[in-house]
Amino acid sequence: MLGVTAVTESCAVVVEIGGFPIRLRCADRDFVRQIEERYAGFLSSSNDASFDFEIELASKDTQSADDDLRVAWDSGRWLLERGDFRSEWNPSTARGRIQQTINPYSLDSVLRIVHTLLLARKGGFLLHASSAIRNGRAFLFSGVSGAGKTTMARLAPPDTALLTDEISYVTREGSSYLAVGTPFFGELAQPGENLRAPIEALYFLAKGPKNKIEPIEGTAAVRGLLGNILFFARDPEFVKLIFDTACEFANHVPVRRLTFVPDASVWELIV
Amino acid sequence: MKNSMYVARSTAIAARALGDETMVMSVTNSTLFTLNEIASVIWAAADGVTPLDQIVADKICTEYEITPEAALKDAESLVEDLAEHGILLVSDQPLAGPANSRGVTP
Repeated sequence: MLGVTAVTESCAVVVEIGGFPIRLRCADRDFVRQIEERYAGFLSSSNDASFDFEIELASKDTQSADDDLRVAWDSGRWLLERGDFRSEWNPSTARGRIQQTINPYSLDSVLRIVHTLLLARKGGFLLHASSAIRNGRAFLFSGVSGAGKTTMARLAPPDTALLTDEISYVTREGSSYLAVGTPFFGELAQPGENLRAPIEALYFLAKGPKNKIEPIEGTAAVRGLLGNILFFARDPEFVKLIFDTACEFANHVPVRRLTFVPDASVWELIV
Repeated sequence: MKNSMYVARSTAIAARALGDETMVMSVTNSTLFTLNEIASVIWAAADGVTPLDQIVADKICTEYEITPEAALKDAESLVEDLAEHGILLVSDQPLAGPANSRGVTP
């Protein structure tokens, strides 16, 4: 069990990612300041929030972020649990509670999961991908660890706006898909810009002897997508939602393989 | 005489036709299957009430150059494989079919 400190008077901050303003309350002002620093650029000054989470800080003891994650739907609420946090969230009341260690990255994990749940019902998703906006259009670069997501972000020319080097945020508006900036970062250790743009293409990365782009179609595109979409809830209904979402995305957005030499010349192809 | 085999798509799946292929995902363990063109034809026709030999005769042998015996043998191997993975139901009696007649999201 997590040892939880007593909550007295909370202070709050609203973090807005992808158009979902989430109010985070915590009695520990120092931790709220950490949240403000961590999510600078994604803070909302509005008092209106779609969701409200009370954070209770546990003492630093043996809680580990390496423990297995469990996300389950139970009696009208989502339960999110890992060694370093335990959260309950009731979508119908839009309220939730997070018990976690004093570590902003535990909160990061909770927020990522909550956003995957929010996006799933709207045809969107989080994807293991870096993304950037160039000439008003967004480009996504996906792949397993080491494929080159952060490399593509590092090599991006000055006329690009980086949305993330690690976790891309994809939303659907009608038949269009948009990429949205997130504070979720990887090796680059730099939050993305809080911008959005229509997605021009999704590239699956591979390093090779020369720069080359090839189309990926049909089942191969969907298989690649499903291998890189973040979904934590193994609830059958959610699995179906994610499957349909991947199929729809591949039906509307060009999916390609980008084999590249890791130098700035690769961006000459991304126009 | 060999009994007829009836096949029906499991309801614990999500499926989508993509070109000539069909992608099927088990919602119980998230395993993905890609069915080729001929397997997709059998999948789409697996309504639980049409015998497999009739599906093969009507949908496969009329479209592809293959003998009925060879086609049926391949079809039986396929459905047994899919049944082992729990995405297709096989019976020697008619089965109630799923709601969607093609078994794929439109």
